Amino acid sequence: MLDSIVFYFFAGIAVLSAALMVTRRNVMHSAVFLVTTLLSIAGIFLQLRAEFLFVTQIIVYVGGIMVLFIFVIMLVRLDVPLHQMRFRFQRLVALLVAFALGVEVLVILLLARKLPGAGLFVQSTAPVSKLPPNSEELSRTLFSNYLLPFEIASVLLLVAMVGAVVMAKGRKRADES
Amino acid sequence: MSPTTQAVLQFLQAYWVELVCGVVIVAAVPLVAGYAVLVERKLMADMQARLGPMRVGPHGLLQPIADAVKLLIKEDIIPRDADMLIFWFAPVISMVAALTSMGALYFGPAFRVANDINVGILFVVGVSSLGFLGIILGGWASNSHYSILGAVRSTAQLISYETAGGLAMVSALLLAGTFKIRAIVEVQSQNQVWFIFLAPVGFFMYLVASIAETNRAPFDLPEAESELVAGYMTEYSGFRWALYFLGEYANMIVVASVATTLFLGGWLRPFSNVRWLSWLDFSPVLVLVALGVYCLYRAGKQPVKVQSGFMWAVALGCFAVAALFLTPWIFSPLRFALPGLNGAFWFLLKVSAYIYMFMWLRFTLPRYRFDQLMHLGWYILIPLAIVNVFSVGLALLLEMEFGWNRWLALIVTTILTLGVAAYLVHLNDKRGAAASAAVVASDSYAG
Repeated sequence: MLDSIVFYFFAGIAVLSAALMVTRRNVMHSAVFLVTTLLSIAGIFLQLRAEFLFVTQIIVYVGGIMVLFIFVIMLVRLDVPLHQMRFRFQRLVALLVAFALGVEVLVILLLARKLPGAGLFVQSTAPVSKLPPNSEELSRTLFSNYLLPFEIASVLLLVAMVGAVVMAKGRKRADES
Repeated sequence: MSPTTQAVLQFLQAYWVELVCGVVIVAAVPLVAGYAVLVERKLMADMQARLGPMRVGPHGLLQPIADAVKLLIKEDIIPRDADMLIFWFAPVISMVAALTSMGALYFGPAFRVANDINVGILFVVGVSSLGFLGIILGGWASNSHYSILGAVRSTAQLISYETAGGLAMVSALLLAGTFKIRAIVEVQSQNQVWFIFLAPVGFFMYLVASIAETNRAPFDLPEAESELVAGYMTEYSGFRWALYFLGEYANMIVVASVATTLFLGGWLRPFSNVRWLSWLDFSPVLVLVALGVYCLYRAGKQPVKVQSGFMWAVALGCFAVAALFLTPWIFSPLRFALPGLNGAFWFLLKVSAYIYMFMWLRFTLPRYRFDQLMHLGWYILIPLAIVNVFSVGLALLLEMEFGWNRWLALIVTTILTLGVAAYLVHLNDKRGAAASAAVVASDSYAG
């Protein structure tokens, strides 16, 4: 029961603020609503007893990525692109994508009805004392079973980082000359 | 008894420690912050050979209360073009983030809100970093150039120094092998050594990063008076400004508590495993009695009767708390409370020492220039932090795989890290000299 309440609370906030994030005209307001969406998703992680993911979500998305977003919003002049020509088919494409997503969600919901334990109420998860410690289990899996994908991902991120540095340096040189 | 009352009673029975500690923290933090400001002003006065606040109460002891009342009844000004909603709740974010992160801390073996979260230390760091959202949003919503520049500076500072601070924490976490706050302190108790002695470089990097993260001098560029009026707080007044201030001081307490937990042995007393030093357990009582006696001595010297009366009251308060600490020794059924009381005393003593160091640095060092700050963060601290994590890992590897003595391994790797640090500083000096030469050459007013 408590699990259901917590889930619907956070899910409701997430959906509501996601909708508000898309519809706000002021970019800063959109950013704030994106923060609340991300935080409530972190809350859902916590409801699922995934405390490591919960903290990672807060540190990486809210503490890192959103700070960078807001930083960029403050540095870039936002009234400039408003006067430029917009992408004409944006509305059509958005409608199509939304329709496709809706169909997808509907299909998943229909399929999920056949699973055991389906219903409006969330199944309460096992008590924390019976679950293995979250961060230890995660690191063990990550560094033993999934070591190769993990390393590939880190190399990819390193490549992106080096690429960003190279691009930033290149532009600076062009400015100076 | 109705089932509702029964449920409420059950809830209270299960969670009364959490509730009491939570209320105590929320109630105590504003008071502590106010008196921290008084201590800071007194300390600054002492270092500048003056007296500081003396008028309100004996030696200005009631100054924080007067300040709080003044802030509460002050006119609340909102700029006309400010973004109302964000302007209103930005200070609240700052405050709530700092207070929430305190929920996972252990202020002593028994004094805590959340019971041993699996990712405790990460939770504290992650949630307290949310406070920057308050600063950024407040600076943006004020619709003022000074505010927005202060907010941009604080964002840049946060991004640069949180990386270094996080990596410095990793060196202690590697030694502890867990994120649980209680377990981190217990590992230090079993090893009979605080992690500051095993990872000194990590501690000093965390010290620098934590000063930068709390926007304190010499890294207080987001609110540099001479350049930006008051930075992101320029347009704030009255109670909202007080909320920012509270958030800042609460954040200082959080940062100091994290440093204490990770590096300074948490609530352990010095030499907690040495038997013949166990008289140190009496030190809370001794300190409080000494403080009370000193207050009595000063009470006779007060010029006004009210003031000496107040001094008497402070002295009696000290004696009362000392008696509270003493009761478990006399009355043996209460013996179980002793580790909790002593632990809280040592923890708060270490936290105060850390904050004292913050203030001390503030009155000693001149403010950095912004490019110097960025240089220090990106060219020295972050590379050094990465090297430090590697070297602590290397020491643990040498100990576990090759059977080295732990101390030998750590001393060797620390010397290695310090060598890298010296090399980085040398490189930066060269670069700095070249840069300032370029500035002088291009400055038409210089010649």
